[in-house]
Amino acid sequence: MLPAIVHIGTTHFVILGLLLFIIGAIGVLTRRNAITVLMSIELMFNAANINLVAFSHQLASLVGQVFTVFVITVAAGEAAIGLAIIITLFRHRRTVNIDEASMMKW
Amino acid sequence: MTVTTLDVLYALLFYGLAFFAVGSAIMVVTRKNTVHSAVFLVFVFFAVAALFVMLHAEFVAAVQILVYAGGIMVLFLFVIMLVNLEEIEKLRSRYRQWWAASLLALLLMVVILTAVFSRLRFPAALESGPLAAHGGNTEAVGRMLFTHFLLPFEIVSVLLLVAMIGAIVLARREY
Repeated sequence: MLPAIVHIGTTHFVILGLLLFIIGAIGVLTRRNAITVLMSIELMFNAANINLVAFSHQLASLVGQVFTVFVITVAAGEAAIGLAIIITLFRHRRTVNIDEASMMKW
Repeated sequence: MTVTTLDVLYALLFYGLAFFAVGSAIMVVTRKNTVHSAVFLVFVFFAVAALFVMLHAEFVAAVQILVYAGGIMVLFLFVIMLVNLEEIEKLRSRYRQWWAASLLALLLMVVILTAVFSRLRFPAALESGPLAAHGGNTEAVGRMLFTHFLLPFEIVSVLLLVAMIGAIVLARREY
């Protein structure tokens, strides 16, 4: 039992990624502030990156790390666009509360 | 399997960083103040970058700090300030944390100077192996990026251009 706790392996990193992903998912589903929702999405990205790098380490392959660089890059672009949308929403509605952005709900 | 001291140290470092990351993540999701959430998210990014270094992915760790903590979070904070402008103008500036900030800065300087002037060498194990043949992690990843992953690399650059144009169009002032 003790060696499983002390010998840090891929499983430990995957579980950490899982925890971060779940916390991010809770943030996305629970929070009403659109900026906090975007920050929770970034948390989920980081969880996926931890997974990728952990498996890259286990398989002694650099593909995981290269993919992580791409994920970080795409996340940067997505955060920029998401924040631009929030700014536009704020300009029109004077709020970033996502409950108030419900005009397209049926 | 025997448990060596190096294993215990590695495990301590991992658990410390992991609990710090998870605790900060919980803080991100639960704080009412958006600026607090952003600061805790920066903590998460630093913890994740340290974990990347533990996994011998130094280039990814550097990119994480530069892009995530240094770019994306600055962007987030700008937008948070834009959105909360009325509330922030009501706050008085506080100087009470001046002592804590100076102490932390002094501590940081001591740590960095110790690292710079230290005569300790890194363990030989990290310098051997297939990565060393490529000249280190950064060059190995760079080699992959410019050979096997050249097409995704170029496409991502176009994607960033599109994102930049889109963000400018969305956020520009309406005349």
